[in-house]
Amino acid sequence: MSTVHLWPRRVVESQLARPLILIVLIFVLWDLVIRVFKIPPYLIPAPWDVARMLVAEWPRLWRESLFTGYATLGGFGLSILFGIPIAMLIAYSRLVESYVYPLLVFSQSVPKIAIAPLFVVWFGFGIFPKVISAFLLGFFPVVVATVMGFKSMETEMIDLARSMRASRLQMFLKFSLPQALPSIFSGLKVSATLAVVGAVVGEFVGSNSGIGYVLQIANGNFDLPLMFAALFVLSMMGVILFAIVDVVEKMMIPWHQSRRADVMTVTA
Amino acid sequence: MHMDPGDATRPALIRMLGVAKSYRTAEGEVESLQPLEFDIREGEFLSIVGPSGCGKSTLLKLVGGLLPATRGSIEIAGKRVEGPAGSIGIVFQNHVLLAWRTVLENIMLQIEVRKLPHGRGIEHARELVEMVGLKGFENKYPWQLSGGMQQRASICRALVHDPAILLMDEPFGALDAMTREKMNLELQRIWSAAKKTVLLITHSIPEAIFLSDRVLVMSERPGSIAGIYDVPLPRPRTLAMMGGVEFGALAQTIRAHFYAQGSLDA
Repeated sequence: MSTVHLWPRRVVESQLARPLILIVLIFVLWDLVIRVFKIPPYLIPAPWDVARMLVAEWPRLWRESLFTGYATLGGFGLSILFGIPIAMLIAYSRLVESYVYPLLVFSQSVPKIAIAPLFVVWFGFGIFPKVISAFLLGFFPVVVATVMGFKSMETEMIDLARSMRASRLQMFLKFSLPQALPSIFSGLKVSATLAVVGAVVGEFVGSNSGIGYVLQIANGNFDLPLMFAALFVLSMMGVILFAIVDVVEKMMIPWHQSRRADVMTVTA
Repeated sequence: MHMDPGDATRPALIRMLGVAKSYRTAEGEVESLQPLEFDIREGEFLSIVGPSGCGKSTLLKLVGGLLPATRGSIEIAGKRVEGPAGSIGIVFQNHVLLAWRTVLENIMLQIEVRKLPHGRGIEHARELVEMVGLKGFENKYPWQLSGGMQQRASICRALVHDPAILLMDEPFGALDAMTREKMNLELQRIWSAAKKTVLLITHSIPEAIFLSDRVLVMSERPGSIAGIYDVPLPRPRTLAMMGGVEFGALAQTIRAHFYAQGSLDA
C-alpha cells in the first residue's frame, strides 16, 4: 500500500519549509481565534490587516529598519570587538577575573531601559546612544560564552601542548582558540538577537527614526496593524542576523558536533 | 631480535634519583610519592602497576617534565629533567586528538608545534599511519574513528618526532577488553619496530606482564616501590602465553602485593 502525501516529503522535511509551515499554521490559528471569539481589532488585529499594512507601509518600514539595522550592527560589532578581548583577559588572568567579572554581572543586572534616557542626555538623539544600548545588551552573552570557551580546555590537552613545548602563542592559536570557537559562536547568536532589542530600546526613549520610533508612534495612535507589522520587521532583522552568524559558524567550525548530522562513523 | 629483558648491561636511560612529590593542600603537605630510586634502561619496556591514586600518573608527569619534583631529581641520558624534554612522546589516557584536525593533521601537530621540518615529518607520519593500520583514514576526523583507532592515532602523534622515550599513561583504559587485547598486540609490534624506551602506566596486571621487560609494582599512596619483576617470557609474545603457567605465576605474585595491601577483594 502506498500513502499519498499532500506535499512531497522532501519539501516538508527541508530546513526552510518547516518554520514556514509553522508560521502559516500560527496565522490560521490567529485568524480563527479572532473570528471564533469575536476579538475586536483594537485588541488584536487580524493577520490580513497586518499583512496589508506591511505591504502598504513597506517603503517606510524599510527605511526605518535601516536605522535600526545600523544601530544593531554597530552594537553587535562593538560587542565582538570588546567582548572577546575582555573575556580572554578574564579567562587568562585570575586578577582581572576577580576584579572585572563581578562588576560585569552587576552592570548586567541594571535594566537598560531605565538608563537609556541617560544616554540621550549624554549622547544626544543621533545613532550613537542606540549603538551603545545595543552594545550593552549584546556584550554580556559574548563575554560569558567566550570565558567559558577558553576555560573549558581539559588538563590533558594542556599537558599535551606542554609536552610538545608549545609557546604561549602556539598554545593560544593551535589549542585554545579553536577549542573556544563553538562556545564563542553560541554567545554571538544570543548576542545577535539581543542587539536588536537593545537598538529598539535606544529608539524608544529618544528618537525620530528607526523601528522603535515607528512602534512608539503606532502605540500612541492605537494603530495595531502597524505595530504588529513593525514587530514582524524587527523579528525578521533578528532572524537574519542570527542566520548570518550561523553561516559564518558553519564555515569556521565545520568539525563541531552540532554539524555532524550527515557523516557516518566508522568502526574497526 | 630484541635483547634479553633481564639484560642489565644496557645503559640506564632514565634515572630516578630519590625523586619525590608532595602536594600542598589546605590540610598541609600531602605526600604523593615517596623518594624513588630506580633506572629504566635504554630500549626497555617498563610498566608500572599500582592501585588507584598511588601516584603512578604523577611519576609519569615527573618524567615527562610536566610537573616539578618536590625532592630529588630525574635524569634522562644524564641530563636533569627541568621541563618537557625534546626526546619524549606522551600518550594520554584519553586520546586528546583535536576535533578540528584530521588524523594526519593531528599527528603533524607535534611537528608543527616543535617547528621540525615538515617534509620529513609528513613522511614519517605516513609511515606510522601505515604501521598502526590507519591507512585510508588519514583524512578522517577523530570523531569518525572508533576508540581503538583514536588511540592508535594518538600513538602516532607521540612517535612522529622520533623521540627516544615513549610515556604512556593508561592508554587503553577507556577501551573495551577485546580492543584492548588487540591494542596490546599492536603496541608490542610498534615497540619492536620503533625501538623506543617505553614507560607504561597501567591498571591491568596481564597487560603489564604481556608487554613489559620489567614490571614495577607500586604501593598505595604515598607511592613507593613494592617490587620489581623481570618478565622472562620470550618475544614476540602471543595472547596464548597469557594462559601459560609462567605468566599465571607471575601475575599471581604481582597480584599478591595488592591482596597484602587490601586494595583487591579476595
